[in-house]
Amino acid sequence: MAKRIDFQTEPRRYRHWKLKFDGDVAELIMDVDETAGLFEGYQLKLNSYDLGVDIELADAVQRLRFEHPEVKVVVLKSGKDRVFCAGANIRMLAGSTHAHKVNFCKFTNETRNAMEDASAASGQKYLCAVRGTAAGGGYELALATDHILLADDGNSSVALPELPLLAVLPGTGGLTRVTDKRKVRRDLADAFCTVEEGVRGARAVKWRLVDQSVPSSKFEQGVKDAARKLAAGSDRPADAKGIQLAPIERRIDADAVTYSAVKVDIDRSTRRATITLQGPATPPPASVADMHAEGAAFWPLRLARELDDAILHLRLNEGEIGVLIFKTQGEAAQVLAYDAFLDASEGHWLAREVLHYWKRVLKRIDVTSRSLVALVEPGSCFAGTLAEIVVACDRSFMLEGSFPGDNRPPAALTLSRLNFGAYPMSNDLSRLATRFLGEPESLDTAKGEIGKPLDAEACETLGLVTAAFDHIDWDDEVRIFLEERASFSADGLTGMEANLRFAGPETMETKIFGRLTAWQNWIFQRPNAAGTEGALKRYGTGVKANFNPERV
Amino acid sequence: MPETTHVDYSTKIPNNVGLMDDQRVLKALEQWHPGYIDWWMTMGPEGFQTSDVYLRTAVSIDPKGWAKFDYVKMPDYRWGILLAPRHDGRQVNFGAHKGEPAWQEVPGEYRAMLRRLIVVQGDTEPASVEQQRFLGKTAPSLYDMRNLFQVNVEEGRHLWAMVYLLHKYFGKDGREEADELLNRRSGDDDKPRMLGAFNEETPDWLSFFMFTFFTDRDGKMQLESLAQSGFDPLSRTCRFMLTEEAHHMFVGETGVGRAIESTCLAMKAAGIEDPNDIEAVRRLGVIDLPTMQKKANLHFSLSLDLFGSEVSTNAANYYNSGVKGRFQETRIDDDHQLTNAVYPVSKLVDGRIKMVDEPALTAINMRLRDDYVADCSKGVERWNKVIEKAGVNFRLKLPHVAFHRHIGEFQNVKASPDGEVLSDGDWSKRKDQWLPSKADGDFIQSLMAPCWERGKFASWIAPPKVGIDNKGGDFEYVKIHQA
Repeated sequence: MAKRIDFQTEPRRYRHWKLKFDGDVAELIMDVDETAGLFEGYQLKLNSYDLGVDIELADAVQRLRFEHPEVKVVVLKSGKDRVFCAGANIRMLAGSTHAHKVNFCKFTNETRNAMEDASAASGQKYLCAVRGTAAGGGYELALATDHILLADDGNSSVALPELPLLAVLPGTGGLTRVTDKRKVRRDLADAFCTVEEGVRGARAVKWRLVDQSVPSSKFEQGVKDAARKLAAGSDRPADAKGIQLAPIERRIDADAVTYSAVKVDIDRSTRRATITLQGPATPPPASVADMHAEGAAFWPLRLARELDDAILHLRLNEGEIGVLIFKTQGEAAQVLAYDAFLDASEGHWLAREVLHYWKRVLKRIDVTSRSLVALVEPGSCFAGTLAEIVVACDRSFMLEGSFPGDNRPPAALTLSRLNFGAYPMSNDLSRLATRFLGEPESLDTAKGEIGKPLDAEACETLGLVTAAFDHIDWDDEVRIFLEERASFSADGLTGMEANLRFAGPETMETKIFGRLTAWQNWIFQRPNAAGTEGALKRYGTGVKANFNPERV
Repeated sequence: MPETTHVDYSTKIPNNVGLMDDQRVLKALEQWHPGYIDWWMTMGPEGFQTSDVYLRTAVSIDPKGWAKFDYVKMPDYRWGILLAPRHDGRQVNFGAHKGEPAWQEVPGEYRAMLRRLIVVQGDTEPASVEQQRFLGKTAPSLYDMRNLFQVNVEEGRHLWAMVYLLHKYFGKDGREEADELLNRRSGDDDKPRMLGAFNEETPDWLSFFMFTFFTDRDGKMQLESLAQSGFDPLSRTCRFMLTEEAHHMFVGETGVGRAIESTCLAMKAAGIEDPNDIEAVRRLGVIDLPTMQKKANLHFSLSLDLFGSEVSTNAANYYNSGVKGRFQETRIDDDHQLTNAVYPVSKLVDGRIKMVDEPALTAINMRLRDDYVADCSKGVERWNKVIEKAGVNFRLKLPHVAFHRHIGEFQNVKASPDGEVLSDGDWSKRKDQWLPSKADGDFIQSLMAPCWERGKFASWIAPPKVGIDNKGGDFEYVKIHQA
């Protein structure tokens, strides 16, 4: 899998999806081109998907929010006759490295979460019109929507056949959404997940697997009616015009990726990447109308898109880069001015979208299985939204004073209101609240410091950074930390970091990621699934898997 | 009464499976029975439920004398449960379980798979009765009408056979599926039958004959492979169904053959030498041979779709699990496990049709389809003999397997009957040369006038060589008492 995976696309280039618009309802039609898999060696039959299909879906979900504020309901449906979606392509999974499978599942989960976020945060509701079979990932796609209609035609069904068919688990939140979102009774869920052919019609409604079962001849009308009903509950603006998400500026070199406001420098010998974020060059726009006119060039949006792409690029294309070092450059005051602008414009649909997008990008960083470290140095602009990155990191170091010969003022970190609730983590708490779970008074103290530039000593005292070092210690301390980090087991680090990052309550989202990591990724490694005689390897050959009966 | 070769007629449901001693299944079937009769009255042959039809009824499973003939009103037909005799020591003859004793009960791990197979097979049986329900009204003779009804009642019995298996071996789910078999309707938007070809109309008698020749022959191939099943009750059920199915093939083959004969004789009598002079031939009140070719093209291609994808994981699973074998499995000389074997599959490679070796296990459908095509070819040759004998210069032939397909390798390609890959534009321009047009259908429909007089046959179809049960062509096969 040496081919570089590109997360940038646009509707004109889609191979697998179609978007249709009719007033406040959009249709998102899955019609997978079976010959257009991301890699060789499999065909995407029966609307099955690989990462390439999901990259387009993620792009569509994103564009629907930014480019189509008028859309209140997105109807997700299949462009194929007798199948809705057969889920992730099995031959693709069987032929993938473990790392690819894990990253694939992570990304597809983020996409489904983005659909739920569109509904919850932006009033852009999703309606799933299932005609034909929705199996495995196909049903999980449906589960991510607000309302599922299932055609009652004797053929259409929903199923999670992973266990009986493949000896694995649904990898995109299927089990959790069945029990926690749809609240299907556990014994019925158990029966459902062990019957390969799934459940149809009235029983699917009775078990709460779908919301409606509609006779085939009334299906189109049923979808329309359900869409109208969902639209009535949406607060999307009726007359707003979208902005165009123009292609991002990006140049990819052997050891660097350069965007307009993000630079990624890769040091392969030490397996580190330094991600430098550039603060805004100009003050925020004077009005929301001006922000709208800036569109995708609006600094917070531009930076979010570039950072998002950089993180995904590192995840999928730079598997051996173990440590991500975050740095910033620019005027903290300008960053705070943008924060204040967004905060004040929260009622405007575009400002709302930008804030929620930052929330998702930060969450993407949270679940990135690399060691994250922030270096807060003179010339940096870790303020407000950008300060959030410091708190997202596993460790953060701040320079006390300046380096000799550097006449810039010492590093400072400034909090804004946005650090206290605008960007909740998957546990539904802000990063600071999660950080100070055991010392709520520290959260209050930090709140009192909003808007004040905090020097290294203050940050250390407030618990906002791990450690502050002066220029004499800095190089050595940072070097030793990074070298030590590089010496640990990559797997051990992934597990430890994922455990430590999400203190506090469980939510459906934390469960989905946590269980994906704990159970699915374990099962994916076990011989019963992935061994030469395992179900995943033997799928499609007709030869039965050979299971080791030992329960672990 | 234990299982036997003789049929117990003492119960409401004739059977040779000792139903009297199996109260659970007897009760289930008795509960299902009224729904079935209801279905038969509403969806069975329209207008002839009170007529006396000279039908054969299975009375034994002894191949030498398994049926008796008599006049029966169809709703009184003794639909029963008949399984071929049990052979002690029968084994699973293929797949991973090869050599193990055949299963007398459903293995838990294959329960869903077997249920699915039985439901799909079961669904086709009532479907064809529904498709053919209006044909009685335009029967070209009492002989043909009787054959139609014989096919219909036996499809009904085949439904019983599948329902018995569902009731006996699949518990509550099986009972629900059995009820669903009576709820689906051919061609219904909301409750269609499961397979595409069984939702198409059978608008005229030529379609009926083509259907029984081509589509029932798919049924035969499916039954042949299920007759190989390691699940013994399924195997025994299908083996007996095959004895009945042979008559359905016969009806189709001779029906088309007699239509051909009538056309050729009429052409000769009128001195028409050019079989493609369609207008002249049609004026004789017979169906021209090019139109027969188009009908064959249509029914053959629709029937090929019933075999599913050429390369199929499901088929591989069925085979390896021992639940569905190949045509005449036990007569094939190989290891019957196919773990390392390959089989050539016709595929579309870079826009061209090529043979590609695939693992034999996944190519099970392709192999069965090849056997089917060979079986069809023999019948087509017999039709050509009729044409040849009459001295008409025309040959019918099967179209290429890539022609007019909706399932499998060729579903996204347009191909001519010779297997030439065509552009969409070329296809639209030429498809009426190869598939029956509306005008062709209208013409055939215009010939569909009833001919119910004893011993008489419609102009477009020749009398049979011999009648049924050694009766003559002028025997009163149906005593019509219209409701």
